Amino acid sequence: MISPEGESFEVDPMKDYFCDARPKVYEPVLPIVEKFLNWARSESLWVLGFGTGCGAIETRPLMTPRFDAYRYGIQWRATPRQSSVFIISGYLSVKTLKRVVRTYEQMQNPKFVMALGSCTINGGMYWDSYNTINRLDHYLPVDVYVAGCMPRPEALLAGFDMLKKRIREGKGEGANLYAENFDWYKANQKKIIKDWDMPDYNW
Amino acid sequence: MISRLENIKQLYHIEQVVQQRHDLVLITVPKEYTVAVVTHLRDYEGFKHMVLLTAVDWIEQNKFQLTYILNNPEEKVDVAVRTMIDRDQATMASIHHLWEQAATYQRELREMFGINFPGSPRVDKPFMLEGWDNIPPYRRDFDTKKYSEETYFPRPGRETNDPKEYMKSKMYPDEH
Repeated sequence: MISPEGESFEVDPMKDYFCDARPKVYEPVLPIVEKFLNWARSESLWVLGFGTGCGAIETRPLMTPRFDAYRYGIQWRATPRQSSVFIISGYLSVKTLKRVVRTYEQMQNPKFVMALGSCTINGGMYWDSYNTINRLDHYLPVDVYVAGCMPRPEALLAGFDMLKKRIREGKGEGANLYAENFDWYKANQKKIIKDWDMPDYNW
Repeated sequence: MISRLENIKQLYHIEQVVQQRHDLVLITVPKEYTVAVVTHLRDYEGFKHMVLLTAVDWIEQNKFQLTYILNNPEEKVDVAVRTMIDRDQATMASIHHLWEQAATYQRELREMFGINFPGSPRVDKPFMLEGWDNIPPYRRDFDTKKYSEETYFPRPGRETNDPKEYMKSKMYPDEH
């Protein structure tokens, strides 16, 4: 690689453009400040526009005037760097899980996972499939579940409401859970993603 | 449609002809002639469009059945060319030189059924399953439920009942 200044330097392609240090547990500051921060976090939920399964179709009506999630401070973003909520919408195949893990790790703290549909809870109607996972909470920390097959947009709004409540109560600790049990999550992910060709953590 | 079939029958040995609908005919041909019949249908009989290429696992006969469905857009008729290939040495001649998109179907069949198509572009690259290390999942001797239970951390509490036995025990509890 050649830098803008004209110097040439070596770059390992596996370590380009990201840091692979392990995730750290977030240490809360003063309780009163933390309370204010949690309020601020809960009022600006930015959702990553990544539809992993059939549930992605249920998030589209939320952007339109009928359900209008924007009035709650919820909006969709194009990149994981700008988002704080990851909606796992429905079934998750192993191939998608690989992209999901990578995307989740690229999101900045604080980050929350919302699991949509019964497929994320126990596999749903794909419970005996050779290619879809059964329990999402073995691979990613889930903050709120929205049950149903498929949940209507109203249920999604209720889920967002629940997520906001949990964040304000200081219970939106998914990212910390991921950092604390990092080895367990990694072991589960590596058990089913057989061609693991990513760094262990990247952000 | 009938005249087109007569044309093929004069040239190749057709094992079986089934008129499925007024616009769909299923013909069964030996493995060696399949690509020749498909080429003939495309070049001389107007079946320009390949609808799909798929396989069926006849595990009892130890055979795979390949089906090439071709469409004639002018006459609005379909023909399905079927052929039986050996299940143990599952290999078939590629037709990617006739339709480029056939390579994708062949890649899928390679991954899901383990049918090899030598010479087809990127046929050995993973298509949907990345890093699959079991027998191909669409083969009928693959137990998807067992695989899922061993691999994907099933959540305890899910019960299934045999409907017949369950209704019996509900309706006639004394007989049990």
